[in-house]
Parts: sequence; C-alpha cells; structure tokens
Amino acid sequence: MKIRSNIAVSASGLIFNPDTGESFTVNPMGAEIISFLKEGLGQEKISLQITQKYNVEPSAFEKDFEDFMGLLRNYTLLDDE
Amino acid sequence: MEKLRYERPLIKRMEGEMPNKFGSKSENKPLTHIDGVAVKELLSEYGSPLFVLSEKTIRNTFRRAHKAFSMRYPKMQFAWSYKTNYLDAVCSIYHQEGAWAEVVSGFEYDKALSIGVDGKHIIFNGPDKTAEDLEKAIQNDSLIHIDHLDELYTIIELIEKLEKRPRVAIRVNMDTGVYPIWDRFGFNYENGQAWDALNKIMASGKMDLVGLHCHIGTYMLSTKAYGIAAAKLTDLALGLRRRYNHEIKYIDLGGGFPSRNTLKGAYLPALDTSPSFEDFAEAISSALLNAEYPPDSLPLLILETGRALVDEAGFLLGTVISNKRSSTGKRTTIVDIGINLLFTSFWYEHKISPAQEFSSYTEETTMYGPLCMNIDVIRESAMMPLLNKGDHFVIHHVGAYNMTQWMQFITLRPNVVLIDIDGNTHVIRRNETMSEFKNMEHLPEHLKNFEL
Repeated sequence: MKIRSNIAVSASGLIFNPDTGESFTVNPMGAEIISFLKEGLGQEKISLQITQKYNVEPSAFEKDFEDFMGLLRNYTLLDDE
Repeated sequence: MEKLRYERPLIKRMEGEMPNKFGSKSENKPLTHIDGVAVKELLSEYGSPLFVLSEKTIRNTFRRAHKAFSMRYPKMQFAWSYKTNYLDAVCSIYHQEGAWAEVVSGFEYDKALSIGVDGKHIIFNGPDKTAEDLEKAIQNDSLIHIDHLDELYTIIELIEKLEKRPRVAIRVNMDTGVYPIWDRFGFNYENGQAWDALNKIMASGKMDLVGLHCHIGTYMLSTKAYGIAAAKLTDLALGLRRRYNHEIKYIDLGGGFPSRNTLKGAYLPALDTSPSFEDFAEAISSALLNAEYPPDSLPLLILETGRALVDEAGFLLGTVISNKRSSTGKRTTIVDIGINLLFTSFWYEHKISPAQEFSSYTEETTMYGPLCMNIDVIRESAMMPLLNKGDHFVIHHVGAYNMTQWMQFITLRPNVVLIDIDGNTHVIRRNETMSEFKNMEHLPEHLKNFEL
C-alpha cells in the first residue's frame, strides 16, 4: 500500500502520473495522507497520526481513508504488490 | 492542545475541458446566520430539519413589490395567495402590510376568517366551491370568482334562497403567447365563453359583476404575457361599458411571477432570467393606462402574487446523515431532508449552502433525502464542500408551496420558526407528534390482537 515510485507529488498537492499523463489535485488532508504513504506508513499508523492531530473519530477516519485509498487505486497511483 | 478541524481527504482528476462562460463561481459560501440568528443555535433549540421564515424578508419583499406597482399605477391591491403559504403567522404579516386574502378552497376560506380577515376582503378562487362554501361567501359579501357555469347556476339558486346580491367576477383564460395555454380555469376569451358567462350574469340582474380575473400560468418569465392578459381583460371591461353601460371595479391578473429559484434544465440561473417586479409592473400598468378607460374610472389592479413574495423568506435547515459512493463512484450524501418536506425539489435546483466554514475544495455530489424511496433526490448534482456526518446546511428559497404541499410520509413534519424583525424566534407551527396521528385512526375491535 504505497504510492508508486514514479508518481510525482509536489509540495502544494499536485500529482502527476507519467504513465498516463494524468494530473490530480488533492486537498491538504489528501496531501498529508499521501506523504505518509510515501514514507511507507500503514493504515494504523496513519490513523493514529491523523486522529491525534485532527478532530475526528478513528471510525470516521477509517471510512474516509478507505474511500480515499479506493480512489488512489482507481487512478492507478498505488503500488499493488 | 485543541485539535485541528478535520476535512476528509479529496483527490480530483484535472480535466482539460474548456471552461464554460459562467466561470467557476462557487455556491458554497457558508450561511451561518439568518437575520443575525445562528443556524447552529436554531437547530440545537428546535431540532433538525427545521423550516425558518424571515419576517424581515417577507415585509421587505412585499414593500418592494408594492412600490414597483403603486409608482406606476394609481390603484393597486395585493391579495395574499393562501395556497402558497397559509401558516397563520405568514398570512397575518401580509394582512398587516395591507394585502387582502385570496383563497381557493373552503378550508382556506375558513382559515382566513379564523385569523380575522373580513369576508369583504376575501377573494374566492378555485374550481371547487361547494354550495356551503358559496353560501358562506355570499353571506360574508366576499368576492366570488366564478370558474364554470355550474358554479354560476349554484350561485343563482342560492341568491333566491338567501335574498342577497353577491359580488362576483368571472375567471377568464386566454392565449397570452405562452404555451401550453392554461385554459382550465374559468371561461375562454377567444372562443366567446367569457362573453357568454358575462351575458348570463348581466341578464340575471341578481348579482354585482365587479371584476374580471385571470390566472395565466405559473413561474412566468414573460412580462409581455401579462400585458396581453391586461389588454384582453380590458377589452371585456370596455365591452361591458359599451353594451351594458356597466363599469368593472377591478382587473385581477392572478399570480404567476417567478421567484429566484432556478428551474431544472434551465440554461441560465434564475437570477439572470426572472423579470423583476418593476418589469412586470411596467408591462401591466402600460397596458391598463394606454387602454380607453376614462381617466377617472381606471379599474383597481389586483395581484395574487405568492411565490415571488415569499419564496426568498423561507429557509430549510438540515443535517448530513452520511456520505457514500454510488456504483459509478460518484459522491452521494444522505441528508435528513427529503422530498416529503421539499416538494419543490421536483422542479427547482435549490441552492444549498453549508452552515459552517469549509475549505475551498468541492465535490460533485448527489444529495439524497432520508426516505426509503429511489425518487428521494433533492439535488441530482451539486458542487458541495466536503460535508461530514453531522454537518449542517441551509436550503434557500423554500418559502413558497413547501409548507402547504409537504407530505407526512414515514415521518412527522418538523417545527417552523419565524425570526421577527428584532431577531426573536417564534415557533409558528410546532412539530407533529405520533399521538396526533394515532388520534385520527381507529382500530376495529377484531383487529386488536394478533400473535406472531
């Protein structure tokens, strides 16, 4: 569950997939999660980081996280090893 | 340390499409207060969902409309269209502003009487007036707008019984250049039905023919249609003067002015397409003033405007129940307001604002109501901020028809609150209770026991 190594992610949240030529934008929460994914953090650690910093219940974040991961997978941005 | 506000993660593919000519204007500016009262506090005190009406907006809109017409035509009178919103408090505001009552059923007639409207100031429209309704209206000297010949003959029968002389008008339908023609109300102008009815009334000699009425349509975007309607009713009025030396006291052009809600499928937003009160006033007053009425006997102009007067004063406050994705991956949001409360969502793209601050990120969202019905969709596609469960939102321009056409379906209707001029809140219709519904039902004795 990592962002594919050739995916370019800018600090401002702009994502470029060189395989398809597609570009994406993410909001700050999306950018933060992607940076954790790039560091190799798993869902549990990411959830802990986010719920400690932001006003959200772990169960609510888990739902949003899975939804977000589904989109990343759909856009072929994840390395599905 | 206080935690930061959470916003769910969002990723959007950048599309290289041509921008449309309207740019990317967001409709997501939050509405946190209505007339100075916090939406959050309203929902906390009165529950969700909640209808809120602004007395200030009602009065300001009425005064703006009245000014537009009275500046252009010397004799005008509004009659408040009860069917648009017949909550006692709403009707009373309009009556305080000087509007008469315009009703379309015995129920509405009794409602107007119950809040103190003098029978003389009630206009009785509608196709279904029972003999009992008509008798009451004759006794109270109300203005009876005759819809069909059966009604006329019932009135003639009642006159003999009551020995009173009713004040009547006929309802006229006509071609105003807007199609389909609304030809179901009253008597047709072009084919001679209207003259037939007028001749019958004049020949009876038993009633005072005081007015001519029409209701040419709803959500009319053409001011010209009203000019044509005024000209055709004027033709009848001047014909009565020539033939019977009879003077008509008023021309009633009914309702039908649009509000600032955008119709489904409309190319442009209503703000750009709906004519103003001034536009309608100009078309109508020109038609009347340029006709051949003697200057000292211009008829009173009556308008039964409903939607355009009250829609903007109504807000519907609600809460997000959940977020989901559809089978196609589209964002869907379930809220606690369905078509049972927002009947007008069948034909409007209602503007929906969040009731709290959000970032500038938005998602194309389908807004579903809470009913267990597939048709319960209040916006098929709206660019909404990243709403979470429990977030509040405000639906705009719901003052017209929703509080009369609402449905009691699988749940009970909520509180309706009025914010007065000073910012005080008043429950003007309290939420329904289960016991009220149970009281209307009767369970036969043989059905009272069962085993499962």
